[in-house]
Amino acid sequence: MSGVGGQQTGRATASLRHRLAERGIDPTLLLLVPGLVVALALFVYPFSYGIGLTVQPTAAMQEQWGGGILANYVAFFRDPFVFDSVWLTMRLALPAALFNVLASVPVAMVLRHRFRGKRLLTSLLVLPITLGTVLTAQGLLIFAGRQGWINRALLEIGLIDEPLKLVNNYLGVMFSLVITGFPFAFLLISSYLSGIDPSLERAAKTLGAGWWQRFRRIILPLLAPGLATTFVLTFVLAFSVFPSARLVGDAMGETRVMSLMAFRAFGEQNDYAMASTIALMMGAVELLVVAAVLGLRSLLYRGTTGGKG
Amino acid sequence: MSDFDSLELRGVGRRFGGVDALSGLDLTIKSGEFVALLGPSGCGKSTALNCLAGLLPLTHGEILLDGKRIDTLPPERRGFGMVFQSYALFPHLSVEKNVAFGLQMQGRPRAEIESRVREAIKLVKLDEHAKKLPGQLSGGQQQRVAIARAVVLEPSLVLMDEPLSNLDAKLRLDMRTEIRRLHQSLGLTTIYVTHDQEEALSLADRLVVMREGRVQQVGTPDELYESPTSWYVADFMGYRNILPATVVSVSGGEAVVQLPGTADGGARLTGSAVGVLSAGDSVRVAIRPDDFVVAQDPPGSAGAGTVPGTVPGTVSVVEYHGREHAVGVQTGDTMLHARTPVAPQVGGSVWLTAPVERVLVFPDSLDAVVPVEVAA
Repeated sequence: MSGVGGQQTGRATASLRHRLAERGIDPTLLLLVPGLVVALALFVYPFSYGIGLTVQPTAAMQEQWGGGILANYVAFFRDPFVFDSVWLTMRLALPAALFNVLASVPVAMVLRHRFRGKRLLTSLLVLPITLGTVLTAQGLLIFAGRQGWINRALLEIGLIDEPLKLVNNYLGVMFSLVITGFPFAFLLISSYLSGIDPSLERAAKTLGAGWWQRFRRIILPLLAPGLATTFVLTFVLAFSVFPSARLVGDAMGETRVMSLMAFRAFGEQNDYAMASTIALMMGAVELLVVAAVLGLRSLLYRGTTGGKG
Repeated sequence: MSDFDSLELRGVGRRFGGVDALSGLDLTIKSGEFVALLGPSGCGKSTALNCLAGLLPLTHGEILLDGKRIDTLPPERRGFGMVFQSYALFPHLSVEKNVAFGLQMQGRPRAEIESRVREAIKLVKLDEHAKKLPGQLSGGQQQRVAIARAVVLEPSLVLMDEPLSNLDAKLRLDMRTEIRRLHQSLGLTTIYVTHDQEEALSLADRLVVMREGRVQQVGTPDELYESPTSWYVADFMGYRNILPATVVSVSGGEAVVQLPGTADGGARLTGSAVGVLSAGDSVRVAIRPDDFVVAQDPPGSAGAGTVPGTVPGTVSVVEYHGREHAVGVQTGDTMLHARTPVAPQVGGSVWLTAPVERVLVFPDSLDAVVPVEVAA
């Protein structure tokens, strides 16, 4: 190496990949192209098309509700038969999601410990996730219907004089939402819990904290962001309830949920534009709740929980 | 400051699915004492600590505090402070709030909590970091918070579970000094679990060496360092050369042994017998590297072959250690470790000798050794 010291001359010897990387180009990103094409064709285009539909109301809608191209939105907010479905859906989805999350916490706490039969119990709790909503609804009708086992057994032993009305109403849909939503919430919360270092609880013990204080002061604050996430996911699942609202609910009465309204506009009235409007508003309501919960979550501690998770 | 006279463990044992993790632990700890439980992983030392803390129920024996049974109390009612290997700081609470946690659990008045927390944080020199979350601190700082959190309650007993094992070598030395300083200034009775004999020797007033769930030897650091009762303890006390050998003859506390793998009449050593030995016994010979004298010329008359008490060998490794060199000497099948100020040539011949009183000859079997608790 005699000659001009330090000065670099001639062509760079770095590979093409390195030279592209210097300019901020990563060729592996090209692998995303097929996925992007599919997403554009099957999601972005139909979604935009749907939004476009909402501002092309039918002549009948324009005449009935006015508002020009926004007639569908006017109808959504003014027509109590449609707008009440927001409240009816909330009335189902909020308590169902809340119950699923809150009931999962103690169960997941107990199932952290090692004991005989734990595997069996966990399997039983998670099993309903493998049943479809339709199967669940079918089972509920047979089990809890007027002539179902529950009612017959209760009548037989004389606890009740008349069969309880457990299905084809609000209660039936609620049962179905809990049966399908609970395993989901339980699995999520279990994994959040296992992410909390067990030695934190042991440390709290040696510092004199009883079980409630350990839960209140240590476990709960560390679990809270996970609870919020679980709540959001189970809420969205419950909010878009459709089959059970129809099968074990009171489809034109107290379980007249938004998805049923959208389906009615689409399937019975052939009004695609109104159906799209209802679907879009459904998304908007979900988004509002999700934003509110995640907003609250951002106020909480969200760092490490010390464990393997 | 500790508010008791003695803590007594009587036949404490713990079984996990038919296996004894800890058995027959008898130990009496006086107020203000610093006791180290020393042993390799799986020897039961952490089990013993967890049993004391109440985090593991005992399967045998009892724990008495001034004659009152405490092993049936839940951990939150024992009032012992514990420092965990993983620190176990509450990640969502600031340093201050971590330290205040135990006082809040005791329902102390706010003003008292504030002043005691401030004092404890000052004690571990973290004043500037009081408002930070544990995640923003270095490992050593986190460990200091864990210590402050345990000592702020002025517990009757502080339990430390390998508190320094997650720190790097230099920090470990600093923290060791720190723990010693805290113990000397606060006088808190401490039980300290470690697998590092240097840590145990430098910190503790008394050491408990454990093996397979049982106590092997109990004594003060210099008792254990100078007169281990088994080769297992010797191994922990810096006797790096633990050599299997056979007794050739015994006379008046001195035993002549022959190392295996050397020619008949070859490497023979004379050492002090620990325990009862007779000719033909299998033994282990323990010698510290610094007790060997490394000679580069053959002892006695040149070319006279081997001399009793001298081990000839070939230098295979030389490491620079500052003032000295660590030398690995191959003799027969065994590698001997020695230290010498002058570095010999790798591949050259050397002759190792060691004073009789520095060569300890132990029976091969460990189970024969009866642990003796030295009255402290």
